[in-house]
Amino acid sequence: MDPVLEILEKDARISPDEIAKLTKLKKEEVKKRIKKYEKDGVILKYKAVINKELMKDNSREVRALIEVNIVPQKDLGFDHIAERIYSFPEVTSCMLVSGTYDLLLVVEGKDLHAVSSFVAEKLSPMENVRGTVTHFLLKKYKEDGVMLRRKEANKRIAISY
Amino acid sequence: MAPSGIRVFFDIVLGMDDVISLGVGEPDFDTPWKVRESAIYSLEQGYTNYTSNKGLYKLRLYVSRHLKNKFGLDYDPDEEILITVGTSEGLDLSFRAILEPQDEVIIPQPSYVSYGPVVDLAGGVPVFVDTEKSRFKLKPSDLDKACTKKTKGLLLNYPSNPTGVSYTRKELKELSRIILKHNLLVISDEIYGELTYDYKHTPLATLGKSMKERVIYLNGFSKAYAMTGWRVAFACGSREIISAMTKIHQYTMLCAPTNSQVAACEALHSCADSVVEMRKEYSRRRDFVVDRLKSMGLDCVKPEGAFYVFPSVKKTGLDAMEFANKLLKKKKVAVVPGTAFGEKYQNNIRISYSYSLDHLKEALDRIESFLKSR
Repeated sequence: MDPVLEILEKDARISPDEIAKLTKLKKEEVKKRIKKYEKDGVILKYKAVINKELMKDNSREVRALIEVNIVPQKDLGFDHIAERIYSFPEVTSCMLVSGTYDLLLVVEGKDLHAVSSFVAEKLSPMENVRGTVTHFLLKKYKEDGVMLRRKEANKRIAISY
Repeated sequence: MAPSGIRVFFDIVLGMDDVISLGVGEPDFDTPWKVRESAIYSLEQGYTNYTSNKGLYKLRLYVSRHLKNKFGLDYDPDEEILITVGTSEGLDLSFRAILEPQDEVIIPQPSYVSYGPVVDLAGGVPVFVDTEKSRFKLKPSDLDKACTKKTKGLLLNYPSNPTGVSYTRKELKELSRIILKHNLLVISDEIYGELTYDYKHTPLATLGKSMKERVIYLNGFSKAYAMTGWRVAFACGSREIISAMTKIHQYTMLCAPTNSQVAACEALHSCADSVVEMRKEYSRRRDFVVDRLKSMGLDCVKPEGAFYVFPSVKKTGLDAMEFANKLLKKKKVAVVPGTAFGEKYQNNIRISYSYSLDHLKEALDRIESFLKSR
């Protein structure tokens, strides 16, 4: 992978100037590459990974993993029906998987009721949806390679030879 | 022993809780999880006994295969490899095994703090050779000049703590001519060998049979696999030397910690990728730090390995100790004064880049503002 991407994937806030120092590339070259990646859709978005477990206000949302069995359509396969499903804003992730079901969704809602009514009123009645199994998420331990836990104190002694 | 000023300085740093340190001599990564998990499993399985004095046969075999695959080096796991409690023990055993009273050992300086004392403790005489004028690399002619009738050995450490400089194959070949000329034994501390950035690391023992038989090759798991606290390393050398070292080791240490040895097997078995990842990260940080120091006007020899830079602070008009003390007091940034690595190095400080990029940025910003305020 391009070192520019590797570095941004770890820390999206880092400046092109700093990336240049880390990679020995010219600053202009780094900027050019980033622009191109953004234009081509290689870089889609810059965002923070938030540990919602630690949020004290009421903005914590209920999440569910939903297995969906669907009937593929002639000529269109799974893509068309998948698009109809993932276009709902409640669906934050949508993946086609192998195994006993076809789509794996992550659905978010402000409470249990919101998620259940999405499943009951929107998802299940769809013509090509054969069935669903809903798993409410109880606790998240790791997301996108980041462990969701409090930052640990430095374990090293401050100075050594 | 390190000058007492250094010890006082270390105590001050250790007593502060809000210091931004650049003074640490160990990796910032955690040991790869596969390794930690294998050690937990070994405890569950009840691996709580001694191993043989030489170390687990499986680990010696893995070390032997690793050296063969990586460097084409042949060491017999039965008689030419000893598992030690860190490379520190390997150093101590080496000198106790080879030195007669008053034998001289040449040590290029600046050097890691323990080198002089371990030679002293083994009854030998450390002979320090300054390398400042040759960009911290030992020059063959300087080695030649330092040899006397009493010279028994040479202690090489590359990539080096505290300077990060290393030797190319060509440079080692030139040194090997002088080593052969004076019939020296070489204790080659290559603990940072895996962390070499600009070229392939060459173990001294790979330079032909006549070199291999006189080299004690020391390496371990601390730096490459981020396993400092596990205290496990290996020493390789001729049958005679390893047998002498094993004799001392069996009375003074018995064996390296069993779970650490099991963990080390796992490191060699499955962690080559982690080493590559960590090396890549260190190499980037090196470029970043060297660039920043340069732009602040602090000159340094570009490090080729390890995770240290040894810039000169001469321009500031302060000596190393004053610089370190003032920087700590005014900006709460800790660096190690160069005098810790040899009395002569009054103008240098050691900066470690074994820290996250955010940490390095903050610390370097503070150093920059410290320099501007002067």
